[in-house]
Amino acid sequence: MSEKKKTGIILLLICVVIAVFPLAWVRDSEFGGADGAAEELIAKINPEYEAWASPVVEPPGGETESLLFCLQAALGAGVLGYGFGVLRERHRQEERA
Amino acid sequence: MKRTEKYVITLALAVSGIFGVAGTAYGMHIMEGFLPVRHCIAWGLACLPFLAAGFFSIRRTVEAHRKTLLILAMAGAYAFVLSALKIPSVTGSSSHPTGTGLGAILFGPSAMSIIGAIVLLFQAVLLAHGGLTTLGANTFSMAVAGPLVAWGVYRLGEILGWNRRVSIFLAACLGNLVTYCVTSFQLGLAYPSEVGGVWASVVKFLMVFAVTQIPLAVIEGLVTVVVIMGLESYAKPELRELGYHRAEAAAE
Repeated sequence: MSEKKKTGIILLLICVVIAVFPLAWVRDSEFGGADGAAEELIAKINPEYEAWASPVVEPPGGETESLLFCLQAALGAGVLGYGFGVLRERHRQEERA
Repeated sequence: MKRTEKYVITLALAVSGIFGVAGTAYGMHIMEGFLPVRHCIAWGLACLPFLAAGFFSIRRTVEAHRKTLLILAMAGAYAFVLSALKIPSVTGSSSHPTGTGLGAILFGPSAMSIIGAIVLLFQAVLLAHGGLTTLGANTFSMAVAGPLVAWGVYRLGEILGWNRRVSIFLAACLGNLVTYCVTSFQLGLAYPSEVGGVWASVVKFLMVFAVTQIPLAVIEGLVTVVVIMGLESYAKPELRELGYHRAEAAAE
């Protein structure tokens, strides 16, 4: 395995550790969004404030929302994977030529 | 830069300057309806010059550097993926990376303002994440301030001759962190505390956003390094065309 591949894999493993660590470390938390936490903070600073607009379309529930987030990630990952595939194959062709 | 481009950017800058400064003075994503109207408008106007510059920058890429279009699409896709991933953090809440650092390093900060705005629009309309009224403020933090800092840090690293991977890591990491610092500042401005005013609120919001964000910023930095390493292996001609190897070229 090349030096570069090794570095890449090690870096990605570190990412996984950083992402998983809080799940084991922080107990009794549902890991809600930080924007939700900010909403609570706003309510504390200014209890009278009322949001003057609401989202045009709101996903009916957590499941649909995660579907849409999933879709966003899938679209991105698809394009990214396609791009790397094209580039890698071209690179190989060039090396052979 | 063409003359018409300069003209439009200057005009947008003037408009945003006049309205932005005079109009408000008070002025990860901020939720729909959670910023006063004047703030929404002011932040939106502040984004205009960057969006205009971004439009021209992308048009130039399309016209003059067609070869690099695939890389641009990949940088956009990267932002899409990363900003969809809500990752748990040590504060017990989740947040997501921004993914704008990669594109800012390769294409410069202005191109990313357009791509970031597209991501935010998608999330605001379809996911009820962020919002249309707060689109301007969120664009400013994620698509203007973040990429600007990422690009600045990367260039600084180039000038000072840092190890390239270290520069990329710091650029993506700090670009991510700054995004949320700006968000905290925007919320602090909108919700000054009774005791301590704006800055007391800014600190409170920083505790919510920035602290949650630190581990995620590190993750984004590392992943961005890995992606650029991949591009270095397979997309040398494109990177050369983008001036990615500027520092080496100057040294030779």
